Amino acid sequence: MQMPQPDASILARKDRLVAQLQAILPEGCVIYDERETKAYECDALSVYRCPPLCAVLPETTEQVAAVMKLCHAEGVPVVPRGAGTSLAGGALPTADSVILGVARMNDVLDTDYPNRVIKVQTGRTNLSVTGAVEEDGFFYAPDPSSQLACAIAGNIAMNSGGAHCLKYGVTTNNLMGVTMVMADGEIVEIGGAHLDAGGLDLLGLICGSEGQLGIVTEATLRILAKPEGARPVLIGYDTNEIAGQCVSDIIKSGILPVAIEFMDRPCIRATEAFAGAGYPDCEALLIIEVEGSEAEIQDQLDRIITIARRHNPVELRESGSEEESARIWLGRKSAFGAMGQINDYMCLDGTIPVSELPLVLRRIGEMSQEYGLDVGNVFHAGDGNMHPLILFDANKPGDLEKCEAFGADILKLCVEVGGCLTGEHGVGVEKRDLMGAQYTDADLEVQLGVKDVFDPKWLLNPAKVFPLSTTEGRRA
Amino acid sequence: MTPNSETELAEAITAAQGPLHVQGGGTRDIGAPVAGQVLSTAGLSGVTLYEPGALTLVAKAGTPLTEIEALLAAEGQRLPFEPMDHRPLLGTTGTPTIGGVVAANVSGPRRIQVGAARDFALGVRFVDGTGQVLKNGGRVMKNVTGYDLVKLMAGSWGTLGVLSEVSLKVGAIPETEATLVARGLEDDAAVAALSAALGSPFDVSGAAHLDAGANGGQSETRVRIEGLAGSVAYRAARLGEGVCKGWELVEAATSAALWLEVRDVGSLQTKPGNIWRFSLKPSDAPGMAEAIRRAHPEAACVFDWGGGLLWVSGPEGADLRPKGLKGHATLVRAARETRERLAVFQPESTPIAAITAGLRHKFDPRGILNPGLMGG
Ligand SMILES: Cc1cc2nc3c(=O)[nH]c(=O)nc-3n(C[C@H](O)[C@H](O)[C@H](O)COP(=O)(O)OP(=O)(O)OC[C@H]3O[C@@H](n4cnc5c(N)ncnc54)[C@H](O)[C@@H]3O)c2cc1C
Repeated sequence: MQMPQPDASILARKDRLVAQLQAILPEGCVIYDERETKAYECDALSVYRCPPLCAVLPETTEQVAAVMKLCHAEGVPVVPRGAGTSLAGGALPTADSVILGVARMNDVLDTDYPNRVIKVQTGRTNLSVTGAVEEDGFFYAPDPSSQLACAIAGNIAMNSGGAHCLKYGVTTNNLMGVTMVMADGEIVEIGGAHLDAGGLDLLGLICGSEGQLGIVTEATLRILAKPEGARPVLIGYDTNEIAGQCVSDIIKSGILPVAIEFMDRPCIRATEAFAGAGYPDCEALLIIEVEGSEAEIQDQLDRIITIARRHNPVELRESGSEEESARIWLGRKSAFGAMGQINDYMCLDGTIPVSELPLVLRRIGEMSQEYGLDVGNVFHAGDGNMHPLILFDANKPGDLEKCEAFGADILKLCVEVGGCLTGEHGVGVEKRDLMGAQYTDADLEVQLGVKDVFDPKWLLNPAKVFPLSTTEGRRA
Repeated sequence: MTPNSETELAEAITAAQGPLHVQGGGTRDIGAPVAGQVLSTAGLSGVTLYEPGALTLVAKAGTPLTEIEALLAAEGQRLPFEPMDHRPLLGTTGTPTIGGVVAANVSGPRRIQVGAARDFALGVRFVDGTGQVLKNGGRVMKNVTGYDLVKLMAGSWGTLGVLSEVSLKVGAIPETEATLVARGLEDDAAVAALSAALGSPFDVSGAAHLDAGANGGQSETRVRIEGLAGSVAYRAARLGEGVCKGWELVEAATSAALWLEVRDVGSLQTKPGNIWRFSLKPSDAPGMAEAIRRAHPEAACVFDWGGGLLWVSGPEGADLRPKGLKGHATLVRAARETRERLAVFQPESTPIAAITAGLRHKFDPRGILNPGLMGG
């Protein structure tokens, strides 16, 4: 993975830039000491690291605007940052860039139950949005597994999803408005407490734009009434084909579970060793959760179980209590941690049409043999969003490169079968150079044209999303 | 011009010498009048892929909506966002197409629960103003690869490009539905009740209020629930004990007919004059309706989306938009002369208008695709 050469003239101006930033921000909001900027050298894709020129942590939208105005005038690249949990290197700095972190902007600005919206500053963590309304019976639906740490800012930038998006949608379906600071420091309002756009759907465009179109400082989010209850069932099968068929049959039957999660054998074994959730040792495991009142839950589970039995499961465990539900979810929730115990891992995020599941899992198994790297699969089966976890040893020379090549092959396969490179983690730097597999030059050019409109000088997170060769003439 | 393939569509746009008036079925004649040669997508027709088990459908843009709905119904599925049929309201004829639904981001009462056309659009193919064939998104339900131009194209009314193909997420037709109905509520009491119902855990899929002027002298307020029969009965009972206490319960086909009427704004179809569509914060709707009625006593109002969508019939040529409107309004039906004079779409703030103009220029540098239709 390559990053552009830092601009030597910016590096040379560091002291002056820091002083200028200090002049427009409250004390303690500019981090420039090299021991401290190290804290911002990477996100959760930690194999790539580079400390920024400095980091700023403004406390208001106006301060963000002032920083942007200055950086715009000085021609300094800015990399926005929420909580730094991106798995795609979205928040990875370059040595000549200013990290603009919104972590200190985490207030709830307005809670409006009659209109079912909450307005927050975007540095607020995902889980604490729900935390602000749950006592009153509401929740914010998108629930990335990283929800304890990740910020709404990053969720919007990546259009993040979660285990329950089969029913509730991803971030873009739950975002109603933003306050955004443009690359030149202008503050704009898009959307609000009302639905849909009066003109072009700019909100839809900004969601998922990976910090390249503006700095989102405030967000109006849709909140929903909490369901009365939820309960999962765990189903094990001998083959991936049958598990895939079962998923498809359930969806076709018209039942809408809130989650359908899938784990394959390597992943089941790893989580069993780690968390001991009591999963069966089988080829494919499904966790299906439904919501509603007790009677509604039972009705839906009965229907799901009837369908599941038709496919001769090796194991079928219906949760009868909160405790049993927690046990069923325990393994799934510790899957990443479990794989991380075994070795370093890279988590992929391609999406495929659900019908291609068996083929893709088979091919991944074959490739795993060819590359000599183990891989476990855990993913959102209802929507085909896969998360192959490739295990490698970061200390072994050549292993990372092998892992990257394996990952690229898997993602290309996802595209080949009609899917895409990334379902919820974003392109960042990780999938940047694969964009040509999914899009033609013209498809990419029109996207670059969109960035030209929002950020003509290409100062916002400029080295991400698009292959460097396509952005070379645009970046400063 | 009626190209029969995406290639012909691209050729037609490349060769165009002047403005083009892009149309699907021409049933949604909304926007500032467009002078220009008609470019119809009717020749691009047919479902290219349908996987019921993956809830996905791909169709060429000119495919008639009825064809898609029939195909889905045969598998017990539908377009969950409930796209309205504009024909009776606008007095248009013709065949609505799926491309038109996406280009106009058309939805219906269920938008409040599941989302609009934009939320169900998974991918698009389109031809931009220079004649280039482009794509964005795909046919899978989760996709964050690059910028989301699918959302941008949805609701762009053919001003950024001409859709040639769309992929959509579809959903199951529920086992049954029911509606709780109240009569004679004032607007503010009605919207408060709808808000309470929508804020309950009972998964309300429709929340509407027809004022007395719209409903023949007595207002009517409706709350819909859908799903498995047992679940619908349970939720109807719970709502009936609480926020909808004393409301009448209407089931199955009778319930469905009520929502067809809300979807197509049936109660305002025969009103003379203009039809406005406001998207706003639900709790602002009663005040807005009240202010409009004070200025125009003949105005009638239909509140959908729990109040978040306000349909108003008003006199020809009067601009009903208040200054500083929080939300947006569209003049959906008006005489040609009015549409030439008043902004049909909500005028934008200066910085937003600049972004919009910049995007239009990128997608259609010659300014030939439905020029001026959305204003700007
Ligand atoms: C263990 C683990 C589990 C995860 N599970 C999921 C999951 O289930 N689903 C999922 O979708 N993701 C998941 N992720 C990925 C990650 O948590 C999400 O992408 C998250 O939204 C990132 O949020 P963040 O605040 O940490 O953003 P950061 O990592 O700080 O930044 C992410 C991107 O957002 C941009 N950005 C940040 N702030 C702003 C702003 N104010 N304005 C504009 N752009 C901004 C950055 O430039 C960057 O491109 C997981 C990550 C980990 C480590």
